[in-house]
Amino acid sequence: MIKYLPSHEYVRVVEDNKAYIGITPFAAKQLGNVVYVDAPDEGEELTKGEEFGAIESVKAASDLYSPVSGMVIEVNEDVIDNPKLVSDDPIANWIIKVHLHDVSELDDLLDQAAYDKLCAEETH
Amino acid sequence: MNNKLYDKLIFEYSCPGRIGVKLPKNEFSAYTSPLPAHLGRKDNPELPCVDEPTVVRHYTNMSTNNFGVDTGFYPLGSCTMKYNPKINEEIAADAVIAKLHPAQPFSTVQGALKAYYTLQSMLSEIGGMAEFTLNPFAGAHGELTGLMVIHAYHDYNGDYKRDKVIVPDSAHGTNPASAAVCGYKVVEVKSLSDGTVDVEDLETKLDDTVAAIMMTNPNTVGMFEKNIPRIAELVHGVGALMYYDGANLNPLLGIARPGDMGFDVMHINLHKTFSTPHGGGGPGSGPVGVRKGLEQFLPNPRVVKSDDDSYQVVCDGKESLGRISAWLGNFTVELRALAYILSLGADGLAQVGKLATLNANYIKASLDDLYKLPIQGYCKHEFVFDGLKDKSTGVTTLNIAKRLLDFGFHAPTIYFPLLFHESLMIEPTETENRTTLDEFIKVMRQIANEAISDPDKVKKAPWHTPVVHPDDTQAALEPKVTWKQLSDN
Repeated sequence: MIKYLPSHEYVRVVEDNKAYIGITPFAAKQLGNVVYVDAPDEGEELTKGEEFGAIESVKAASDLYSPVSGMVIEVNEDVIDNPKLVSDDPIANWIIKVHLHDVSELDDLLDQAAYDKLCAEETH
Repeated sequence: MNNKLYDKLIFEYSCPGRIGVKLPKNEFSAYTSPLPAHLGRKDNPELPCVDEPTVVRHYTNMSTNNFGVDTGFYPLGSCTMKYNPKINEEIAADAVIAKLHPAQPFSTVQGALKAYYTLQSMLSEIGGMAEFTLNPFAGAHGELTGLMVIHAYHDYNGDYKRDKVIVPDSAHGTNPASAAVCGYKVVEVKSLSDGTVDVEDLETKLDDTVAAIMMTNPNTVGMFEKNIPRIAELVHGVGALMYYDGANLNPLLGIARPGDMGFDVMHINLHKTFSTPHGGGGPGSGPVGVRKGLEQFLPNPRVVKSDDDSYQVVCDGKESLGRISAWLGNFTVELRALAYILSLGADGLAQVGKLATLNANYIKASLDDLYKLPIQGYCKHEFVFDGLKDKSTGVTTLNIAKRLLDFGFHAPTIYFPLLFHESLMIEPTETENRTTLDEFIKVMRQIANEAISDPDKVKKAPWHTPVVHPDDTQAALEPKVTWKQLSDN
């Protein structure tokens, strides 16, 4: 299952309460070549809707917001070392893996159809 | 003219044994350093071995690579890179003024203090404020000072629970930064599709924990905030203050006053509106004005006029937020602004905004068939395109900005404000004549046409600058910032 924030972060649930967080292909395309990713450390607590890191491209720097509350269980070091991976495939190249505290938080996020609609509106 | 023979790095001209000056043989005893031996240098410094003519040619040629408003058109939006009249420079460089010392007895600097006091009063009149301090060293320093005034005011009233500052999503980045430095939490308020503040969204964010709202008017997309009286009423209704970011004061000069719109505190960027030198981190000035009732919170020291018409520097304000500068700010910058105001006069000042607005609207109307205009209607002194209308060619705002360099124009502001994906923000200012504007329009139209006929020409630009086709991504990922990193390749 994959869900989205209107600020273009996704959360992809892989096991019952574990999920990957990254930026969407739409966001990656708008940003252009990513040159820097700032991620929290393993073990850090995230709060839904609050900032957890930042991403920088040749065009702009943006804060990253967490779609869910949870604890960081893994940071994708490949992406930290080679940020351009995010530009190439932002779904395969997630930024952090989290342990979700409350699975029901996923219910208020955008589903694929709602997110696609949002992107279509933003390009007009 | 730039001589290509001398545009390499100075280290690349190095040839072992070559020297600029031949020193005579030392006839005296050997010099012994008083420094402890372990602090002394073991090896000679790695300086380039070059002769004097090479050094002079290298640096003289390099100096001609500068681009400034004195060498070409500079349409940077939200910055007001306006021409600096040379009379300002002449006055500021006067030997008598250049040799003043801030610790001189006040009786010996009455003329300087009079000039300082006169500028304070004139800015108060222009901004519709009760009093101004000229102490802050730059716009962002002014923002921080203004917020500290607001903080001091709430503290004075025992109103300690106010911990938020509201900032529109179109704001300059310095606004949330200044608020955070002042210890406030930043709350963002949304913009409507016409670029102005969403009053309904603002209402949901206002309560008695809000210290102030920071607004730029006209805002960063060049639109006048028509709801400003209503916004002021709502903000004052919850006991918060209105902060005016003076970055875009230029179009209002002598026509409308922030004080009359309900603003309580404001800063002015003298290096924008008042034509003092801008950019490069050089000496700036960000005077802060306050409405009646807030004067006592302004920083020390202040310049006051005594009953006998003499001028004094005082530090006696009990409620003052304290010092934010060692002395009275960047005096020669302030003097330039005073020269600007006096040389234009009241009538001249009131023409500035009208001409800046006319120039911006002229460019906008001449290009909006080829460039995407996200906000319709008349703008003030600046406006934003959202890239090209025809996006199918893949030519981006960044490409257009770089292609402009090939024609001798400075690039406009790009990717700001963050409201649009391909922001390209143009502010021509009032001093550009019709010939320059027409030439710029012609080039912008040519680039839009090239994007269709020969997109690679735009995507690989610039072609004619000292450095061509830079790879931004690689430069950001693996910056080579020293000569050694370059020579290792």
